[in-house]
Amino acid sequence: MKKRLFSLGLCAAMAASLFAGCGNNSSSEVSPENVDTSGELTWRIGGIGPTTGGAAQYGQGVMNAIQIAVDEVNAAGGINGYQISFNFQDDEADPQKSVNAYNTLKDWGMQILEGTVTSGACAAVSAETYNDRIFQLTPSASSTSVTEGHDNTFQICFSDPNQGTVSADYIAENALGTKIGIIYDSSDPYSSGVYQNFATEATNVGLEIVATEAFTADNKTDFSTQLQKCKDAGADLLFLPFYYTEGSIVLTQANQMGYAPTMFGVDGFDGLLGVENFDVSLAEGVYLLTPFAADAEDEATQSFVSKYEEQFGGTPNQFAADAYDGVYIIKEALEAADLTPEASNEEICEALISAIQNVNYNGLTGENMTWNAAGEVSKEPKAVIIQNGGYVSVQ
Amino acid sequence: MGFLTYLINGLSLGSVYAIIALGYTMVYGIAKMLNFAHGDVIMVGAYLVFMCMSNTGSPAIVSIVISIVCCTALGMIIEKIAYKPLRRATNLAVLITAIGVSYFLQNMALLIFGSNPVSFTSVIKWQGIALAGGQLKITGNAIITIITCLIIMFALMWFVKNTKPGQAMRAVSEDKDAAVLMGINVNATISLTFAIGSGLAAIAGALLCSSYPSLTPYTGSMPGIKAFTAAVFGGIGSIPGALIGGLLLGIIEILAKAYISSQLADAIVFAVLIIVLLVKPTGILGKQIKEKV
Amino acid sequence: MKNLNKSTQKLITTILTIFVLYIVMQVMEQTGNLSSLMSGLLVPVCAYSLVAVGLNLCVGYLGELSLGHAGFMCVGAFTSAFFSKTFQGTIPDVPRFILALVIGTLAAALFGFLIAIPVLRLSGDYLAIVTLAFGEIIKNVINVLYIGMDGNGIHFSMKDMMSLGLEPGGTMLINGPQGITGTPRQSTFTIAVLLLILSLIITHNFVNSRTGRAVKAIRDNQIAAETVGLPITKYKLVAFTISAAIAGVGGVLYAHNINSLTATTNNFGYNMSIMILVYVVLGGIGNFSGSVVAAVVLTLLPELLRGLSNYRMLIYSIVLIALMLFNWAPGILKFREEHGLTGAAIIGKFKKNKEVQ
Repeated sequence: MKKRLFSLGLCAAMAASLFAGCGNNSSSEVSPENVDTSGELTWRIGGIGPTTGGAAQYGQGVMNAIQIAVDEVNAAGGINGYQISFNFQDDEADPQKSVNAYNTLKDWGMQILEGTVTSGACAAVSAETYNDRIFQLTPSASSTSVTEGHDNTFQICFSDPNQGTVSADYIAENALGTKIGIIYDSSDPYSSGVYQNFATEATNVGLEIVATEAFTADNKTDFSTQLQKCKDAGADLLFLPFYYTEGSIVLTQANQMGYAPTMFGVDGFDGLLGVENFDVSLAEGVYLLTPFAADAEDEATQSFVSKYEEQFGGTPNQFAADAYDGVYIIKEALEAADLTPEASNEEICEALISAIQNVNYNGLTGENMTWNAAGEVSKEPKAVIIQNGGYVSVQ
Repeated sequence: MGFLTYLINGLSLGSVYAIIALGYTMVYGIAKMLNFAHGDVIMVGAYLVFMCMSNTGSPAIVSIVISIVCCTALGMIIEKIAYKPLRRATNLAVLITAIGVSYFLQNMALLIFGSNPVSFTSVIKWQGIALAGGQLKITGNAIITIITCLIIMFALMWFVKNTKPGQAMRAVSEDKDAAVLMGINVNATISLTFAIGSGLAAIAGALLCSSYPSLTPYTGSMPGIKAFTAAVFGGIGSIPGALIGGLLLGIIEILAKAYISSQLADAIVFAVLIIVLLVKPTGILGKQIKEKV
Repeated sequence: MKNLNKSTQKLITTILTIFVLYIVMQVMEQTGNLSSLMSGLLVPVCAYSLVAVGLNLCVGYLGELSLGHAGFMCVGAFTSAFFSKTFQGTIPDVPRFILALVIGTLAAALFGFLIAIPVLRLSGDYLAIVTLAFGEIIKNVINVLYIGMDGNGIHFSMKDMMSLGLEPGGTMLINGPQGITGTPRQSTFTIAVLLLILSLIITHNFVNSRTGRAVKAIRDNQIAAETVGLPITKYKLVAFTISAAIAGVGGVLYAHNINSLTATTNNFGYNMSIMILVYVVLGGIGNFSGSVVAAVVLTLLPELLRGLSNYRMLIYSIVLIALMLFNWAPGILKFREEHGLTGAAIIGKFKKNKEVQ
């Protein structure tokens, strides 16, 4: 019996040493995305998003874009004279795995979090950062549950209510359509969030919703039925608050059945023209509400897009642009607060919470971006229309 | 008219399920294993067709043939490395390994092809036919898929019934040990089954992505599960059962979306499946195996 | 200890191991030696282990393959989180959590029972697909569930938030795909370990009870069991219900450890059901301790591989295949037998070495 207990203790000690080992090692582990600045004092900025799994393209876009921005900032002398180290962790868009990723970053010594990419996962992580007092800036999690009750969480993208409301107002003001059909992803927080706010506002501004159809994550290959029902209901405008992966199928199928209403997507549709081999003529006349257009003429956008294409291939989407801006927003806020990496996480967090509310930032995804205490961004959404295979601003 | 349109949409969706289900049922019937990696072989097949067509500009039919050859080889390699060592172990062990293979293929594709979706160019150029003065449209994709499905089904049935390797397959499926005694090379027969199943996956991939053109490393997994459901629906192991199961599943899914609720379509499809299996516990065309004491 | 039978000895060893590990973890956490990642994983690991133990009862002893256990986990998670959230202000923390645990477990058991009635008429892969179907139905229905509360009581809808007609100031309890946000975080490692040990004891006692032996008899030969007059349906129902209830406990733990509870394919859909099945098969069918070990190893593995960055999931899948072959392939098992590489042989050597000392 004694021997058995002894061997058990031995096993436990071995296991414990393994666990402790990971605790210590993780700070020295350097993933390829990192800027290797080991030894000296740096800003440790963490990122979380799906780089594997069904939402991988969004997470990878964000990861690559932050990397570009971090490289630029470091080349230009860093923030307040200190370089940035950047570490991005995969969460497969799952809340639990996202918390795991967050804990990994915490062990690495993260001071500021730029993430997470998806809404559901972000809501789980923002509760953690709130408790730990780590400043969090999410590039793309638009749900209100992300910022609600968490004074340390700020969004770069429009919130769901904002997008839904602005879309409905825009459609009503410009009389783009009278009979509205909606197709949305009822299993996705982002899509259903935008839909609900759109529908509420639509009734206020006198738009008639004639058909509301849903699909789910397990059922997103075929949209012919939803389109057919909208067509039968006589919808002359389709509101499509979901991502471009499904968007390209919807456009193809609508074309096949000869149904050509005005299509109106929100920011998830951005990236549509970047889908490899996509027949852009199908997207002709599609409206979308996006803060970013990859073929915009200004210098900042062009430099970002060409760097992205050169380093990672493919066209960056709005997620990537938001994430790129995020690094500069953090930079601006840190400079305004005049902080150094010696400050504790809590000091950085409190200082940034007040600093970001005074920031007025011009970036790829908007002019004069400001933030309120609730964590929401105020920037002008740009409605663009796709013409001749490119985005054309219509405001 | 509305109903007919939905029915036709259901048939086109169902035909895609059916062609995937054929691969599942084929492997299950002979090797008695649920090959969860089948959906991902389909994805690989679709990517291969896409690469051939867009990079080398080869015509659709050549691309599909190349894809079939590569997928057949892939299927045989997977079988050799991951499934064959477990031939005498419990069925569940092979099932789990198949899941591992499925993860492997997905993540390999993610590294090679990247996470961004690509838009698949339809391998079928024909626009389809319009009936009733253009109100009822049947797309070329749907017609070709259904015809391909029927051809493959009859070819498989003929193959299994009338050829030597086919007879060996049936023997292995009845009783592996007895088959060995009759001088049948069981390993070669099972390898052949996987080869055929994976070759079919390449065709299924090309047709799936022609109808629903967004291709990502995860494209195969959901249709894979649906097709597996369809195969069970029709009676797993039965070749005509896969066709019937697939078509029915597609039609039920579309009609549920059209007439009941598009939010609850998944739940309704699965509820119908449960009811069918409770009435006919081995699927629509499945064989009732009498158990002996 | 010597006069106890083998399986009881094994159970005691397992519980002791868990207990020692628990103490070690607690000490490390108190002294600040435990990384955040590990301390964050303690409760989820226990939750997954619980579900794996539950499923192992079904697969190992009932002999039926269930691909829907994530569904029971989901029921346990959502009912308990719903309860906790609704009565957050009205019942004190401790009794509320106990009630939530009871409610979550009972709800999962009830679902298990109701589903088992039709399901257990089937067998083999058909049974598997029907459980998968039930799991998917549960997930799908939860995703369209909208429940809100205001001054007038509780409102319910299966369409969207607007149709609830909530008064201003009302709170959403379950918000469709956004699920339940802000569940009180009450799952601690201590509770999780206690529940895990409890479930191991319950399953152990169950499989060695009269009912449990009957269940095994049915698994081994249903017709023979029927001939000697065993009420097949009753025993199968009991086993399946217990199995579902344990999965529900796992769900309760999971739900009270995370701020945002959503039902997606990855955490409560077929992907999760399959993952749990992987724990069970890798740990050994019918071997409860093995399930726990496999759940721990396979949950930690992808986290420990984070340093590999992009290759993480690829390596994970290769390790999974390799582990399966190592544990199950008859050829490799024979090789291990010959070269003294089986678990028993290694432990035996370990003992001998110590006796020498």
